[in-house]
Amino acid sequence: MIAELGHFALVLALALALAQAVLPLAGAARGNPAWMAVAAPAAQGQLLFIAIAFLALMHAYVTDDFSVAVVADNSNSAMPLIYKAAATWGNHEGSLLLWVLILAVFGAAVGTFGNNLPPRLKARVLAVQALIAVGFLAFMLLTSNPFARLDPPPADGADLNPLLQDPGLAFHPPMLYVGYVGFSMAFSFAVAALIEGRVDAAWARWVRPWTLAAWIALTAGIAGGSWWSYYELGWGGWWAWDPVENASFMPWLLGTALLHSAIVVEKRDALKSWTMLLAILTFGMSLVGTFLVRSGVLTSVHAFATDPARGVFILLLLIIAVGGSLTLFAIRAPSLRDGGLFQPISREGSLILNNLLLAVGGAIVFLGTFMPLFADVLHLGAISVGAPYYFLIFNPFAALLVIIMAVGPLLPWKRADLAGALQRLTAAAIATLVAAGLVLWLKSGAPLFGVLGTALGVWLLTGTLVEYGERIGILRTPAEAWRRARQLPRAAYGMTLAHAGLAVAILGMTGSTAWKQEQILMMRPGDTVALAGYDYRFDGVANVAGPNYTAARGTFTVTKDGALVTILHPEKRVYPVQGMPTTEAAIHTNGLADLYAVIDSPDAAGAVSVHLYHQPLVPWIWAGALLMALGGLVSLSDRRLRVGAPSRRVAAAALVRA
Amino acid sequence: MTTAPGQPTGAVSRRLLYLLPVALFAAVAGYFLLALSSDRNPQEVPSALVGKPAPDFTLAPLLPDVPGLARADLGGDVVLVNFFASWCVPCRAEHPYLGRLAKEGGLPIFGVAWKDVAAATRAYLAQFGNPYARIGMDDSGRTGIDFGITGVPETFVVGRDGRICYRQWGPVTDDDTAQALLAKIKECRG
Repeated sequence: MIAELGHFALVLALALALAQAVLPLAGAARGNPAWMAVAAPAAQGQLLFIAIAFLALMHAYVTDDFSVAVVADNSNSAMPLIYKAAATWGNHEGSLLLWVLILAVFGAAVGTFGNNLPPRLKARVLAVQALIAVGFLAFMLLTSNPFARLDPPPADGADLNPLLQDPGLAFHPPMLYVGYVGFSMAFSFAVAALIEGRVDAAWARWVRPWTLAAWIALTAGIAGGSWWSYYELGWGGWWAWDPVENASFMPWLLGTALLHSAIVVEKRDALKSWTMLLAILTFGMSLVGTFLVRSGVLTSVHAFATDPARGVFILLLLIIAVGGSLTLFAIRAPSLRDGGLFQPISREGSLILNNLLLAVGGAIVFLGTFMPLFADVLHLGAISVGAPYYFLIFNPFAALLVIIMAVGPLLPWKRADLAGALQRLTAAAIATLVAAGLVLWLKSGAPLFGVLGTALGVWLLTGTLVEYGERIGILRTPAEAWRRARQLPRAAYGMTLAHAGLAVAILGMTGSTAWKQEQILMMRPGDTVALAGYDYRFDGVANVAGPNYTAARGTFTVTKDGALVTILHPEKRVYPVQGMPTTEAAIHTNGLADLYAVIDSPDAAGAVSVHLYHQPLVPWIWAGALLMALGGLVSLSDRRLRVGAPSRRVAAAALVRA
Repeated sequence: MTTAPGQPTGAVSRRLLYLLPVALFAAVAGYFLLALSSDRNPQEVPSALVGKPAPDFTLAPLLPDVPGLARADLGGDVVLVNFFASWCVPCRAEHPYLGRLAKEGGLPIFGVAWKDVAAATRAYLAQFGNPYARIGMDDSGRTGIDFGITGVPETFVVGRDGRICYRQWGPVTDDDTAQALLAKIKECRG
């Protein structure tokens, strides 16, 4: 009964979304305020109905209603409650429902809090948002109904994929989805502005907080996913350039570019059409990320659900959304005129370079992800693209980006003195050279990229600190510096934190890639092995039972110079319902390195295959990502963004100048 | 919005530039449609290498008593080339079937240890046994890329002429798949 209620709520949400798409758009075109006013309450109603549907589905999971097909396929009565709830979005139908739920949350937020938006823009933004919702609600109701019943219902469910039964993964997809869907706001704002034929500083100021919120969530989501694959998959790595990972990385690259180009629109009234294009493409990449990967267009070992019939539908949606908006872009964007003029060497110039490099990076990842498919269609032979491709092609562009990242913030708007900026970075350059020298000296025979990566990380970190120090006048009196530090806008702190976070993450990536040590061997109870200065004594394996799995649990006593460091308990679990083994790595971190142990099932004699890793600096990757997300949050709390844009005066001034 | 008066030719090329994104997108979407509409198994990228000579490669040996693998070792007789890795769970499931395939098919199996660490591969083979007549270490994954594999395990039937005759995507973990592969091996013998 509750499942039918959920289904009905979805149908109502679709009807409301249709009204929200058509009436405000027509109202904005004819100047009818009553029709435009439909948008906000419709968006709120849509959220209400989709939330009802979502709760109905979650109810079916939590109460073990196996007559609902998706519950029978993805849940089991023995599963812990938290995974029953998380299983709601652990499959195609449920994740789609979560997706439209987040879409509705964003739409209702604009409807409720967007009072400072001009009514026409607000109506159009919400209408475009509703068009997206119509597409995906129809997709769900026609091809992927989450409330389909089974008759007769099975006695128990087939269990959730054991790899997904993990606290990290329970919350990773919602985070990622907030990121993906959040970029729909930038998209809706861009399409609305293109319909209106008007983009100005105020527009950029409205769109930036939404983009920033999406970027924060996506950053945290990607970091969470990488952390999950690090400790749950037990392969000792944290990024594999898998299509599913790339799918989240592409919108991140373009979204980062969008975040920076929107600053130029806001402050300098320039780069308008480029920003429009980025907003459209970022959301396009998010759509590719959420759906194309799962549709079977792409072969990925990691896609959890694939179905070509759904793929065609998704592709049609993609063609309508992205193709339609790009057509609108081709018609309207040429008439957008940029206001602010600037020299190539300037803050604007450095941001354009940043955008170009990020876009090229996005294109490289896109080609790498889809090359196997293109090659197949063009009969060039099946190609698979792996980490060496990205290492050789992507990394040089990323390195260039990091080099200019330290310089850009030191350049003033309009026209800058590059030599002067570089001179101010002397301290950073010295620190970089010292760090590179130290690496060469301490780690003789260090791989070249280890030296380069360390140098890049230190360059960016010190460059960012130099910029911050100059802003607060660190070389003046401490009191003066403190006063200035407090007066600095939060957006400036956001940038400092985010850039420093990337630097920390780069150091982590470099350290873990260049100096990872590992040891694989068969061990018997009592055996001891040394790795990177630590002694690992294997104390044997015990069988333990979890709620819905059994596990072989190993015990390692780790000592350094005879002193106890930690006791590690890696597990090899078997989930009997799906008959699938999973690896639970045991990780001990001391902030500078991770000690990481994985075991395999023991043989009859009690010997076990052991894989130990010493991963230097690896925690810094996630610490850096957290810093980046924190920087985004701090920037989001900036008063300027909270208050919104007070007026369109800047735009008027720009028109006069033009 | 004011429109600045531009020279006609400049305005036209400017318009064309703005058409570029949608044109590129149309091309990409067309590819996706083509890829979706063909009635292939989405789990399987059909190998365009079938019927073509096997790519050139030379791989170092892993064990002292088992020789390495090179392109020159293919051809002459029908052989199986199996890409595997110690870190790959399906490979473990497939492992017991490899020996059976060699016996019932009456042909040697050559192994390529793909993107693996030598010590790990040795421990793996020590634990599960070695069905391979030759083993090559493909630690960089280059040879796997040349063969166009999408992951491990994958198995290729290479014919007497050194051409790839059939590609088995994914593991052989049940009798049906094993029988199907044996039938293909027979076909490849001609």
